Amino acid sequence: MSGGVDSAVAAARAVDAGHDVTGVHLALARNPQTYRTGARGCCTLEDSRDARRAADVIGIPFYVWDMADRFHHDVVEDFVAEYAAGRTPNPCVRCNEKIKFAALLDRALALGFDAVVTGHHARLDEAGRLRRSVDPAKDQSYVLAVLTAQQLAHALFPLGDSTKAQVRAEAARRGLAVADKPDSHDICFIADGDTRGFLRQRLGAAPGDIVDATTGAVLGQHDGAYAYTVGQRRGLRLEHPAPDGARRYVLSITPVNNTVTVGPGDALDMSTVYGDRPVWTRADGTVRGEVQLRAHGEATPATVDVSSGQLRAELDQPVRGVAAGQAIVVYQPDPGGDIVLGSATITRAAA
Amino acid sequence: MAYLDHAATTPMLPEALDAYLATARVAGNASSLHADGRRARRLVEEARERIGAALGARPSEVIFTGGGTESDNLAVKGVFWARRAGPAGRRRVVASSVEHHAVMDGVVWLGEHEGAELTWLPVDRTGRVEVEALRAELSAHGDDVALVTTMWANNEVGTVQPVAELAALAAEHGVPYHTDAVQAVGQVPVDFAGSGAAALTVTGHKLGGPVGVGALLLSRDVAATPLLHGGGQERDVRSGTLDVPGIVAFGVAVEAAVKTQQEHASRLAALRDELVARVQAAVPEAVLNGAPPGAGRLPGNAHFGFPGCEGDALLLLLDAQGIACSTGSACSAGVAQPSHVLLAMGADEAEARSSLRLTLGHTSTSADIDALIAALPGAVGRARRAGKR
Ligand SMILES: Cc1ncc(COP(=O)(O)O)c(C=O)c1O
Repeated sequence: MSGGVDSAVAAARAVDAGHDVTGVHLALARNPQTYRTGARGCCTLEDSRDARRAADVIGIPFYVWDMADRFHHDVVEDFVAEYAAGRTPNPCVRCNEKIKFAALLDRALALGFDAVVTGHHARLDEAGRLRRSVDPAKDQSYVLAVLTAQQLAHALFPLGDSTKAQVRAEAARRGLAVADKPDSHDICFIADGDTRGFLRQRLGAAPGDIVDATTGAVLGQHDGAYAYTVGQRRGLRLEHPAPDGARRYVLSITPVNNTVTVGPGDALDMSTVYGDRPVWTRADGTVRGEVQLRAHGEATPATVDVSSGQLRAELDQPVRGVAAGQAIVVYQPDPGGDIVLGSATITRAAA
Repeated sequence: MAYLDHAATTPMLPEALDAYLATARVAGNASSLHADGRRARRLVEEARERIGAALGARPSEVIFTGGGTESDNLAVKGVFWARRAGPAGRRRVVASSVEHHAVMDGVVWLGEHEGAELTWLPVDRTGRVEVEALRAELSAHGDDVALVTTMWANNEVGTVQPVAELAALAAEHGVPYHTDAVQAVGQVPVDFAGSGAAALTVTGHKLGGPVGVGALLLSRDVAATPLLHGGGQERDVRSGTLDVPGIVAFGVAVEAAVKTQQEHASRLAALRDELVARVQAAVPEAVLNGAPPGAGRLPGNAHFGFPGCEGDALLLLLDAQGIACSTGSACSAGVAQPSHVLLAMGADEAEARSSLRLTLGHTSTSADIDALIAALPGAVGRARRAGKR
């Protein structure tokens, strides 16, 4: 129970469904003051109070579990290391994979609980398949697709059949004070929302060249390649416009020589996406489906092949700006909620 | 349901509750000059006399406060400020390393914000303060010490401190000695005059009185700078309209607790010995922390380490079976920190985190122990599995 509206309603629904429910708030910040108030799944004093109050209203026991060290190691350090390696990580995916459905789930199972209930907006059908929420704007199946069948077997997502508006209305009806608490989409461990500032503080300034992809000419300097994301256009501070006057985008980041390569937007259009560490729900082989390449991104039709621990997706239409480190999630469109076939971590893409 | 957390708070004694309700029904500000005020004042003064008589203090030495935390803060900060302002400008505070946060955090604050020099007295493996360490400290810095403070009995592991020896050493050097006797009153004999202490903290809710009322027993010849300024109701050391019903009930509870202390203590000690024996029979690897049962330990206290388990996990599992106990450690944002008491006793972090405090009080019976023993082995097994991850 993060202290937000979703987990509060999820807990209440689990109680209504007849489960014997215990509320757990994860303390994820070593120093609770430094993490962002209201962020999903994080521990500020205010969030833990809100969660406790919701548990009281629902009438369930409530505890705070300290997972700050695990979180720091598995999520925060991983986040920094991924950026340092020139990739763009998704810490929510990592947190689900390593904390909520690993450290937390393991502890819960050992203590005699059967499952972890969360307020994620996603569905689990009777066959144990993960599906998108009915609320497309709030769907969180993307950040859950990393979960294995084993992990999903011990997960409950009671909100998947409701829209966010319905969840808020229900929270108000149930007398949960968090009904109007604003959503947060920011990274919970970056207190002021300034990811670049956070990375600069953690990684230090590392000046390097900004290089033109076609000519190889050095166009400018940067203070740290980690501050850039593939597809980024703003903030390049290049003095010379491109000869054709076209806008320039970040095409790639090369940590070995600390170089940011820029070029025209169409050089960002990728037709093939490669991923590793796939979590796949079926036998190796080729499937047709839709792929989503970033949180809240559009899904695009593709032919996906998974074999010997590697994933390759041939996109029907090229997609602009594919960042290594993000998840590629493969869906099978379905009127009952698109079904997650699997996911992988993007390693590279090709035109 | 089994309530095994009397050291956190214990239910009010029926006579204290009756006194509270009877007094709360009638209005009266003890500072008012009219008849209602005089009646309220009389009730307060009677309570003051009762408490003084029960605890070996003159009535004028009893300063009512809002509880143990306030009394501790008043003693530590108030005496420090007054002594620092004195001709010798003393600025050293000597405290044991196993104090309750109400003392410890005040001492730390003085160090961080008021220029105090701090000395933490070590304890032995049972949590008993090393008397020789105080002797050495006073020989080295006696002229500069503003205050010595050590608790009478520890709230986590129940170890009773050598208060008389510590107080005598402090007196030799003319240093005021404060003792937090919150856990001691009603469990062991406590006599303010006989102890040699200059200041003593007591609170209502650990001995059958209400929460939010307590007292600092403060010698007439020890100055303390107030924490709370205002009407000066309590000897000009403490301000605030007096909580008449709370004070009356507190007086009744202190008197009853002290009067029945001996029988109460032998009953609790027998029950506690039963608890310890049955826990160790059910979970042979359980380690009893603190002083061995006897005069050196509070009769209602049992405190165990369960190797390989987290106290937090045990607490959750026992709670789910209706058994209330404590890990004894303080929380920040609800996150348990390893107990500074156990660390000071030489435990490592894992040992400190594996502990559980079970404390008995006037409503405890063998049935509570039955319930505990029925649930404990299963809980320990699960907590151990959870601890392996
Ligand atoms: C040793 C000790 N000192 C002080 C206190 C604080 O007393 P109170 O709860 O009345 O503020 C407690 C209890 O929490 C205690 O055990």
